[in-house]
Amino acid sequence: MSKRATIGFSEEQAQLLEVATTFCRDKSPVEKVRSLLSDDRGYDEAIWTEMAELGWLAIAVPEEFGGIGLGLAEVVPVVEQMGRTLMAGPFVGTTLAAQAVLVGGTDEQKQKYLADLCAGKKAALALSEPHGDWDLTHVECKAERAGDSLKLSGRKTFVENAEAADLLLVSVSLEGAPALVIIDRGALPDGALRRETVIDETRRSYQVTLDGVEVSSAALLDPAKSIEALTHLDLCASLLLSAEMCGGAASCIDYTVDYLQTRKQFGKKIGSYQALKHPIVDAHVGYEQARSHLYCAAFNFTQQGEGEVATRMAKSQAGDALSYAADRAIQFHGGFGFTYDCDAQLYRRRSLWCENQHGDAAYHRSKLAGLLL
Amino acid sequence: MSEISEQELSEYRSEAAAWFAENTEAEPGFMLPLTFMEVGTDQQFNFLRDWQNKVYEAGYLGANWPKEYGGGGLDQKFQNIATEEMAKANGPIMLNAIGLNWAGPLILDMGTEDERKRYIKGILSAEDIWCQGFSEPENGSDLGNAQTKAVRDGDDWVLNGSKIWTTQGNFAKYMILLARTNPDAPNKYAGLSFFLSPMQVEGVETVPIRKLTGEYGFTQTFFTDARIPGDSLMGKEGEGWLVAMRTLEYERGVKGGQPGGYVMRASDPMEIVDLARKATRGGKPALEDPVIKDKLVQLMIEARGLQLHGKRGHIQPLVQDKPASLALSSKLVATELSRRIYEFAMTLQGQRGAYYVGEPDAYDEGLWQRGYLNSFSATIGGGTSQIQRNIIGEHVLGLPKS
Ligand SMILES: Cc1cc2nc3c(=O)[nH]c(=O)nc-3n(C[C@H](O)[C@H](O)[C@H](O)COP(=O)(O)OP(=O)(O)OC[C@H]3O[C@@H](n4cnc5c(N)ncnc54)[C@H](O)[C@@H]3O)c2cc1C
Repeated sequence: MSKRATIGFSEEQAQLLEVATTFCRDKSPVEKVRSLLSDDRGYDEAIWTEMAELGWLAIAVPEEFGGIGLGLAEVVPVVEQMGRTLMAGPFVGTTLAAQAVLVGGTDEQKQKYLADLCAGKKAALALSEPHGDWDLTHVECKAERAGDSLKLSGRKTFVENAEAADLLLVSVSLEGAPALVIIDRGALPDGALRRETVIDETRRSYQVTLDGVEVSSAALLDPAKSIEALTHLDLCASLLLSAEMCGGAASCIDYTVDYLQTRKQFGKKIGSYQALKHPIVDAHVGYEQARSHLYCAAFNFTQQGEGEVATRMAKSQAGDALSYAADRAIQFHGGFGFTYDCDAQLYRRRSLWCENQHGDAAYHRSKLAGLLL
Repeated sequence: MSEISEQELSEYRSEAAAWFAENTEAEPGFMLPLTFMEVGTDQQFNFLRDWQNKVYEAGYLGANWPKEYGGGGLDQKFQNIATEEMAKANGPIMLNAIGLNWAGPLILDMGTEDERKRYIKGILSAEDIWCQGFSEPENGSDLGNAQTKAVRDGDDWVLNGSKIWTTQGNFAKYMILLARTNPDAPNKYAGLSFFLSPMQVEGVETVPIRKLTGEYGFTQTFFTDARIPGDSLMGKEGEGWLVAMRTLEYERGVKGGQPGGYVMRASDPMEIVDLARKATRGGKPALEDPVIKDKLVQLMIEARGLQLHGKRGHIQPLVQDKPASLALSSKLVATELSRRIYEFAMTLQGQRGAYYVGEPDAYDEGLWQRGYLNSFSATIGGGTSQIQRNIIGEHVLGLPKS
């Protein structure tokens, strides 16, 4: 390996890790997660407000725009703990939208949106399309100039929390090149949203039909920076998904180990059988690998080149780790594992969602091959 | 201790780099062992013994060990730098692995003043080669059931029985020996005692065992009324299990305090990249095959993960959930990864993966094939991977005993 990879951990990361661990454990016990499965919104508005008050939405935004002035490295422990407790909601979408505005927005847009996003306004990302390609620059939705406004058309998919969001960050093709627009959700006509049925029931995902939507051209992010912004978004999203998956893997393994320590068959605790013990150890070892990669990616995130390598490694490893842990979690709970009541399904569904957003493990390895070989 | 300046460290690094550049002999004209378990010939043994001695005399081995026993008396940081420079220069391995990495730290940790004075220097200089007498023909993974007997007779102990898979047994002057001193103890562990036992005494015989590679490296050791002095006992009679467990912590890298250098060449997936350029698939370099690339990247990810564990292990908030986890899993992860790297390196050679050392057409002189066969030394020796999984399951995850 050309350079020796390393990890550093800031005082702020340590504090946020500690606070988020307690907060998420208190606010998102599994009964709460389950009660939200059938909730329209899918998250608790009061908890959202608390998170905003804690300043978590402002972590990675510079002070001049109303933020705290840290980086995504400090968001990682927070999202990891949310993942650990299967918490859902618009936190990641909002954090990422702020990143997009920071990297790709005009000065006016930064002034206009960032402080609000830090304070608790919610945003959703509308980047995916029916073709399902993970390449975010593959955009078929259109924006056409009409005087001082933009006419949008096409359909976006997997827009998380679109219903609850105040703002939508939408990728479109403008004059043949990818571009980003930020719009008020109020600009969408009635019937523009359709809730999607997705495998992870903690999430609220929507399709957004853009046909007939017309917005001021002031909604357009700096077109010269749109590729940069999309690339950045993709890596930011991958990093935070890795965090979510790492957290998920940790608690999925704990959940399974707990069962192996208590359930008895043939007069012995089933955890004494190596057919169960050894695979759960492998799952644990895989999780530990993923976590080292996660905090390496967090630490190196802003480094040109190294940040991308570390992030893709983290996403790849975390995806494999959570998938394996959750897959075995179902099997190791026996008949109970096949039930809706067993939490194993929550983790497995979560892992399938996360793997399929922003590239699965093999996709990131193929990107890494291009970078490393 | 006063702060060590960056400048001091970087000067030390330049000196070490220069020394290794000047003194590392790349091609002695015969194949050098990649691990301490592969020392099969006198030629290899003599070369590696001289090499270790030279490194020690230059101050780049045991720099972190106390001066009064023969070490350099410096901070650990200096030895780490020396070890890194040794690796950069692609230096041969340190020969006296069991002395350096298990017996030495153990004696510094639990030994008496007299034992430290007597043994440490010879370990560092490679004058005294050490071996380990734990496994027996009938008791391997179940180490606590060891049956080799040590019976007190006057001032001496008399040994009877047999140890097996004794790495470097035929070269060794001393053995760390686990033997049964009380067959009637209340449980099997309580009957064991630990010895720093001389090998060159009457009644100790070593018989080389041929490895799966066709080479030599370990022996079976027979004890027939072998008489060793009373002060060979380390610690108290009946507390051998405790000392043996501490030894295994050093052996498996769970505990630090080793004197540096390396006793196994780390396998780096980047080295396979060159091989993947040479080997062909469908008329093109194997490296252009997407399946090969995918596997290679996967191994690179894992190798880097392992390297990162070393860093994360020092960041308390990131290990506090399960503090013993990274240390207890490093042996399993490192050795299994190494085995898979070699295995993959063979499979990507196409038909030529079936060549072996000695065949002029073998890629890299058959190094990968031999490395693969030898890689099992580490997944079996020192406690098998299955035993490691039991340990992690029971001591990290808290699962019931198998
Ligand atoms: C190259 C090499 C060098 C060595 N050097 C030394 C040395 O210098 N000194 C020394 O004392 N020993 C040495 N050993 C011995 C080594 O420590 C033992 O081989 C090892 O502990 C396994 O013991 P065994 O060979 O008796 O296998 P066994 O214990 O008989 O194991 C056979 C198989 O059963 C599995 N198994 C056993 N028990 C369990 C269990 N409870 N749960 C699940 N699976 C289990 C093992 O994993 C293995 O796959 C060396 C071994 C090798 C290969």
